Amino acid sequence: MNEQYGAQPILQFSDVSLTYHTKAGETVAAKNLSFSVDRGEFIAVIGPSGCGKTTVLSMTAGLLPPSSGKVRVYGKAPDRSAEYFGYMLQKDELFPWRTVEQNIFLPLEIKKKNTPEMRSKALALAEKYGLGGFLKHYPDQLSGGMRQRAALIRTLAAGPEILLLDEPFSALDYQTRLSVCDDVYAIIRSEKKTAILVTHDISEAISVADRVLVLSKRPARVTAVHKLGFGDLVPLKRRESPQFSSWFELLWKELNI
Amino acid sequence: MKKNTYSPEHCLYLKKVRRKSAFVQVLRFGVLLLILGIWELIAALQLVDPFIISSPSRIAKMIAELASDGSLFYHVGTTLWETLLGFAIAVVLGTTIALALWWSDTAKRVLEPYIVVLNSLPKIALGPVIIVWFGTGASAIVFMTVLVGIIVATMNMLKGFLSTDKNKILLLESMGAKKWQILCKLVIPSALPDFISMLKICVGMAWIGSIMGEYIVSRAGLGYLIVYGGQVFKLDLVMAATFILCILAAGMYALVALAEKLIVKK
Repeated sequence: MNEQYGAQPILQFSDVSLTYHTKAGETVAAKNLSFSVDRGEFIAVIGPSGCGKTTVLSMTAGLLPPSSGKVRVYGKAPDRSAEYFGYMLQKDELFPWRTVEQNIFLPLEIKKKNTPEMRSKALALAEKYGLGGFLKHYPDQLSGGMRQRAALIRTLAAGPEILLLDEPFSALDYQTRLSVCDDVYAIIRSEKKTAILVTHDISEAISVADRVLVLSKRPARVTAVHKLGFGDLVPLKRRESPQFSSWFELLWKELNI
Repeated sequence: MKKNTYSPEHCLYLKKVRRKSAFVQVLRFGVLLLILGIWELIAALQLVDPFIISSPSRIAKMIAELASDGSLFYHVGTTLWETLLGFAIAVVLGTTIALALWWSDTAKRVLEPYIVVLNSLPKIALGPVIIVWFGTGASAIVFMTVLVGIIVATMNMLKGFLSTDKNKILLLESMGAKKWQILCKLVIPSALPDFISMLKICVGMAWIGSIMGEYIVSRAGLGYLIVYGGQVFKLDLVMAATFILCILAAGMYALVALAEKLIVKK
């Protein structure tokens, strides 16, 4: 699909600014943001808290139109009902009154793709990534890690090409976070998705991303872009590698400018 | 079969828990018996004139009397029918209005002050208006019942709809969901507990409405029996009707609680 964009970036921000308007006043959340993401790339966006990282995802997903500048996905303005996005939030947001299986089918129902083929594809994914025995369970019967995994399978169910991950591990305890992070990384790689991860956790960014984008304090600007060059090394191995701490130090400094 | 695997300590614990709840049950029933006993005693010893305070045995006799000439079922049937109809209309209309107000933020903001005023207005004040509009038949009582319940139903459901988790809405929006999809897939199912608690409140409201209605107008029903009994100084009749009312209200509440168990699995 979309072969003609093979060489072009999948996502492009050019000179994007965004101003929020509320009764209390206006806030410039992002200013002159420019960056691009290539097909199959795993990008991490880090920045000080409250700098407008989530805003970047919202604009990418077409939930928020930019005040000026252009956001282009496959060369076109993003459309939130388009099929190529999968959005994953901080908490799993599984619906407690639905079983895991019904939760996974949710995007199919919303996108009117609730066909037997799509359902069996989604179930195959769940089976492949260890949710097979839990399909008839309700979310509150699952551990935090399993819930987040179910949320990822739900995100993947409708076959999105671009995953937007908004601090998807931050609600988990440290131990679970590391292992779920590993799982999610493996799943995204093996499904060959393009992913944009927003996080305030520097080590998380280094452990999963091909490139790291550093944003400044509000209004958000891109202050640095780093190609990490870990290749396909899995997160836990990256954390053990010697480059890890030097990247950490560099990014730490850049965040605190 | 699973019980056999419990340790003796756990069995002891379970026994304690069971004993405690049995104790509470016995005490609960005991309180009722005690009150009825004292009441009966006071009446029997003529400490207070039983003509004024009636007594459990006189109430029982009165209920038997009403049952034997069939008028009991006529009055109970009348009140029950009016209450249930008013309850149903109030719940359905109230929920529908709440849905409309959830859908349109402008409508909600425009109508908010009116709802607040209507909520604090004592509905009994509309008695004369109701008599003029609906006459003195059952329709006036049903209308009063609806009036008492509908605002409460609307406000409770609206609160339930509006308290839908913002992040879950965002999740559906990111999937490209239309507003009606958000309503059907998320807002309505997540407001189910609010719906049940609204039903419980409305049970009480419906009885207030129907009895109040029967006080103002009516020639039949439990409210009528109470008013009539009061006018002719037949306290036995007043107490008997009140007692039956207690049982009916408790029964209706129990039905809603049962429905809750069946509907809200999660």
